Amino acid sequence: MTLDVTGLRKTYESGDEALKGVDLTVDGSETTAMIGPSGAGKSTFIRCVNRLTEPTAGTVELDGTDLTALDDDGLRAARRDIGMIFQEYNLVERLTVMENVLTGRLGYVSAWRAFRRNFPPEDVERAYEVLERVGLADMENKRVDELSGGQRQRVGIARAVVQQPKILLVDEPTSSLDPETSNTVMRLLTEIAAEREVPVLINIHEVDLAVDHADRIVGLHDGEVVFEGSADDLGDDALDRVYRGGDPPESREPTASESEAVIEDGAANDSVVRDGVVSADGRAPDRSTSGGS
Amino acid sequence: MSEVDAARSWRRFDRRRRIGRFVGVLAALSVFVASWRFLDTGITNVETVPREIRDLLTRMYPPDVAYAPEIVDPLVETLHIAALGTLGALVLAVPVALLAAENTTPNAVTYWLGKLVVTVSRSVNTIVWALIFVVVFGSGPLAGAVAIAFRSVGFLGKLLGEEIEEIDFGQVEAVRAAGASSTQVLLYGILPQVKPALVGLSVYRWDINVRDSTILGFVGAGGIGVQLFRAVNAFAWQSVSMILIVILGVVLASEGLSASARRMTR
Repeated sequence: MTLDVTGLRKTYESGDEALKGVDLTVDGSETTAMIGPSGAGKSTFIRCVNRLTEPTAGTVELDGTDLTALDDDGLRAARRDIGMIFQEYNLVERLTVMENVLTGRLGYVSAWRAFRRNFPPEDVERAYEVLERVGLADMENKRVDELSGGQRQRVGIARAVVQQPKILLVDEPTSSLDPETSNTVMRLLTEIAAEREVPVLINIHEVDLAVDHADRIVGLHDGEVVFEGSADDLGDDALDRVYRGGDPPESREPTASESEAVIEDGAANDSVVRDGVVSADGRAPDRSTSGGS
Repeated sequence: MSEVDAARSWRRFDRRRRIGRFVGVLAALSVFVASWRFLDTGITNVETVPREIRDLLTRMYPPDVAYAPEIVDPLVETLHIAALGTLGALVLAVPVALLAAENTTPNAVTYWLGKLVVTVSRSVNTIVWALIFVVVFGSGPLAGAVAIAFRSVGFLGKLLGEEIEEIDFGQVEAVRAAGASSTQVLLYGILPQVKPALVGLSVYRWDINVRDSTILGFVGAGGIGVQLFRAVNAFAWQSVSMILIVILGVVLASEGLSASARRMTR
């Protein structure tokens, strides 16, 4: 499985440039965490991958298929292979746990069967197994709005995993949870992904959680990748680049030369600078070799 | 405390707004006076009103119980007109609501189409729709049911559309992100969120329709209104009072039913 994003740009109708040409490759079964301050474009990036938000320019290739070129039917088929987990869980509140998990199989059944809740026995069996794995055995008939935040996010994980996706996109999974639950949910998420050898691309603003659970970290600042490397390489000045970027993110109106300058400031300690991307392990971010580790 | 120097003043409205509000009240008053004078409404013979009421009540009393068996069939017909009309309206209203809701309508043209259907349906009274459909289908309960449906589509379409605009779109996106088709998104993302409103509104509309369908007979569109109209024309006041009592009973029952149905769907 390879997700290969090239030159991804998103300019909103309001004129805000959320992404200014992001390149990123996720492959194997590693967990990649994308960190950055709020407003850096993390959510936009993830949502552009499965086109919940339409990118303005650039390509998103999943195993060689360019998702940005697909028509509606093609996109629907491609989305079956992309599991997504949301910040606010985005479960259908008035449906039961089982119905929510089986939502992950909708891409494989007809509307009529879905309406009658008549899913193939394999799908139901798979759903039961996933529910047991996330620790929600015997909860299948509970309505989702009766559950706690942690339990809800487990349902969210189950719904994404039951899709048997090629990749999991995770958008701020813990920002509605308390620190302890956050940790449990993150561990569960990365463990399940590892068991099933599914790569995970996760948005997170809590650096500690990213460092604890991710194999590779990508730092996004103001729509641009400013750090790429392993958790160990994420030093103070790298963090400074991601979170301060020289200026407070709100007041910053960066020009091309300015962001160059910022990168070069930090580059004194790091090894290689190319195209505004610093790879802390000394390699330039070559698409074919970027694998973290 | 020293003496306060009242240098600052505060008014809820500035001068322009105060004048505007004054003009507004004045306009409302003039409309009222103008209408009153145009209609030349004056209760000239107040002293006869109580006498007339007493007279009517004595003629209505006692209600003609022997007439009751004759109104059972038209009453059942009335209930069926209301039920059929409401069901028909519901089937038509769901697509209309989806068109008339900003977050589900495909484009601006369909949005305005949805709004147009809602407005046309709502601006024509049930009894006027009934007049039209009596011409189209001939007199009888079918014309009544279709009239009820046409009037209810606007009501249900508008209110259901507003409910759809209020839903949490995150839930819809999650279903879409799993690769669901648009029908499936409707069934799993949207329908569960508006289900209580859907049930509540249809039962409420059915309740209104029971009352509406009692007068459809006045224009020949079936139901108990036919009997009522006939009895009034024949000055059979004791039969009229019997019909009114029965209608009151049915309306009370339907109101109770609709209240408990809405309580059940949360």
